[in-house]
Amino acid sequence: MDVGMVSGVRDMIIARDVHKWFDRLHVLKGINLTVKTGEVVVIFGPSGSGKSTFIRTINRLEEHQRGTIIVDGIEMTNDIRNIHAIRREIGMVFQSFNLFPHLTVMQNITLAPMWVRRWPREQAEQIAMDLLRRVGIPEQAHKYPAQLSGGQQQRVAIARALAMQPKIMLFDEPTSALDPEMIKEVLDVMTELAKSGMTMICVTHEMGFARSVADRMVFMDAGQIIEEGTPEQIFNNPQHERTKLFLSQILH
Amino acid sequence: MTSADTLEPPRLSLGVFGWLKKNLFSTWYNTVLTFIALWFIYTVLSQMIVWAFTSARWQVITANLRLFMVGPYPPDQVWRVWLVLCIVSTLMGLSAGVFGGTMRTFARWLAAAYATLIVLDVIAEQTQPFVEFTRRWSTGQFMSALPGIVWLLINLALLGGGWWIGRERAAWRGRIVAAWFVSFFVTVALLQGFGRDTWLPEVSTTLWGGLLLTFMLATVSIVVSFPLGVLLALGRRSKLPAIKIFCILYIELVRGVPLVTILYMTQIMLPLFLPGQLRIDNVTRAIAGMTLFTAAYMAENVRGGLQAIPLGQIEAAHALGLNEALTTILIVLPQALRMVIPAIVGLFISLFKDTTLATIVALLELLGVGRSVLAQAEFMGLQTEVYLFIAAIFFVFSYAMSFASYRVEEALGVGKR
Repeated sequence: MDVGMVSGVRDMIIARDVHKWFDRLHVLKGINLTVKTGEVVVIFGPSGSGKSTFIRTINRLEEHQRGTIIVDGIEMTNDIRNIHAIRREIGMVFQSFNLFPHLTVMQNITLAPMWVRRWPREQAEQIAMDLLRRVGIPEQAHKYPAQLSGGQQQRVAIARALAMQPKIMLFDEPTSALDPEMIKEVLDVMTELAKSGMTMICVTHEMGFARSVADRMVFMDAGQIIEEGTPEQIFNNPQHERTKLFLSQILH
Repeated sequence: MTSADTLEPPRLSLGVFGWLKKNLFSTWYNTVLTFIALWFIYTVLSQMIVWAFTSARWQVITANLRLFMVGPYPPDQVWRVWLVLCIVSTLMGLSAGVFGGTMRTFARWLAAAYATLIVLDVIAEQTQPFVEFTRRWSTGQFMSALPGIVWLLINLALLGGGWWIGRERAAWRGRIVAAWFVSFFVTVALLQGFGRDTWLPEVSTTLWGGLLLTFMLATVSIVVSFPLGVLLALGRRSKLPAIKIFCILYIELVRGVPLVTILYMTQIMLPLFLPGQLRIDNVTRAIAGMTLFTAAYMAENVRGGLQAIPLGQIEAAHALGLNEALTTILIVLPQALRMVIPAIVGLFISLFKDTTLATIVALLELLGVGRSVLAQAEFMGLQTEVYLFIAAIFFVFSYAMSFASYRVEEALGVGKR
């Protein structure tokens, strides 16, 4: 059953009334969000607002306890096969990179294509080299992650996620752990990716990136979506006091 | 000179006298301590050396060398053990050529050991074995008639030959690993034999002994307990309660009991429970006891490594679509195991030394042979020589394991990435 076809453009992600508790702590209090194919959505908000938890429910690194999440026409349930099938189509980039330290850059990137997609090594390595060129570090292919700078590691992590040729990319504060001079090289890669038509959800506080790339911005606080709109609406004419306050704090 | 210039690091080397002054004679009381220590070392060492070269009766070792090496293994079948050694030498040589590194160091040690033994043999026996050889040769027992020195020369040649052939054949890596694996079963088959009147008559394991038995006990226990321990460690973290409880119970029960007790249980109690026809020989039972014992400790070591893997690694693997099994095999275990290499090798070394406990269940491994030699009237009172010899053998092989572990850690960059 195809749930996501609405008015010609396919809805890639549909979240309806998503709730999540950590023990007794209510961290997601009814999130409703629909992301269309090719759309770039930036989620921002104070720490502890549930934004990371929410994007982690999309590929079920966190389980939601109430509501519905439908990704690419498949509903997220406890069916483990569905979960693996959906995860194959979703790339994720973490704040702390999470590269595999015992594998070279090349092995990091080709691991999932070879073991999950069952592509032959030559094909996987060719795709990996193309991706490394795209993120600007083909010469690092045979080094280990620990030999790279933070910015280079995060670009490898992006290449690793893209190697599965996903339909959606999730970014969970990809630049928060980076030194200032390395943030730009990662944002450049993300900007290029957004322009190529990838469906993206980014949790980030890089407002320059959001302004130039996002189709839509979502402000979250205390487990709820407070406000959403285009970057112009959010930056120039925010509706809620909390949005105004938060923006004034991070934009100085 | 501006501050932006890159400077050479300052010279820190002191020279011999500088080093001596700094470390041994820096103050008047350090000087006194140095002289006291020197005097102490001199007295102890000089007495030991004088003893070793004058009053020690090393004949107890040379006269019983065959016993120490193979125990009561039938003398006319000892050529099988030599043949096994030939397999090992060949594989060592090939590995040294193909892998280099640590294997090359080991091959050098082995070659040095063969050379030393050959020289000692020449000094000690002169031409006597060749007389023996011609006598036995005439009775048609060619293999059993070959004197030890010939076997040693063959081994040295195989080691060198293998090394020479293995150079620049990096593609053989997989094949060599497989050959080592197969060689293990060939060894067991060759030593055990089959039937009574075949070309390879059966030698019951009750006749295995000495260093040969020590090696068999240690190797089999190590090879089997490793995968078993990994499985137990994974089982202990399983989400399935039945598996988890079984693993916890097993690990805690076994760790709560001394190895001696387990050996007694496998020796004495097991036959009571098993049906009458099913007889498992002593050696296998001892190996089973040691394996089951070591597996429990192995499991706890591996669990320590598993716990040290950051959750982010597992999440990243899941996010890429890897299922639980692939995540464990490709991401978690390789990192966890390399982290606990020092602990695992430590466990293997202590297992290797614990094989001596098999003497108490009447197996004649190295220590057992030593005790039976000392029980002979002509060698009474030579404990020092015998136990020093046994200790030296244990030290050499334990140090080899330890050395290999350091080299492997270095090669894998443990602690660096």
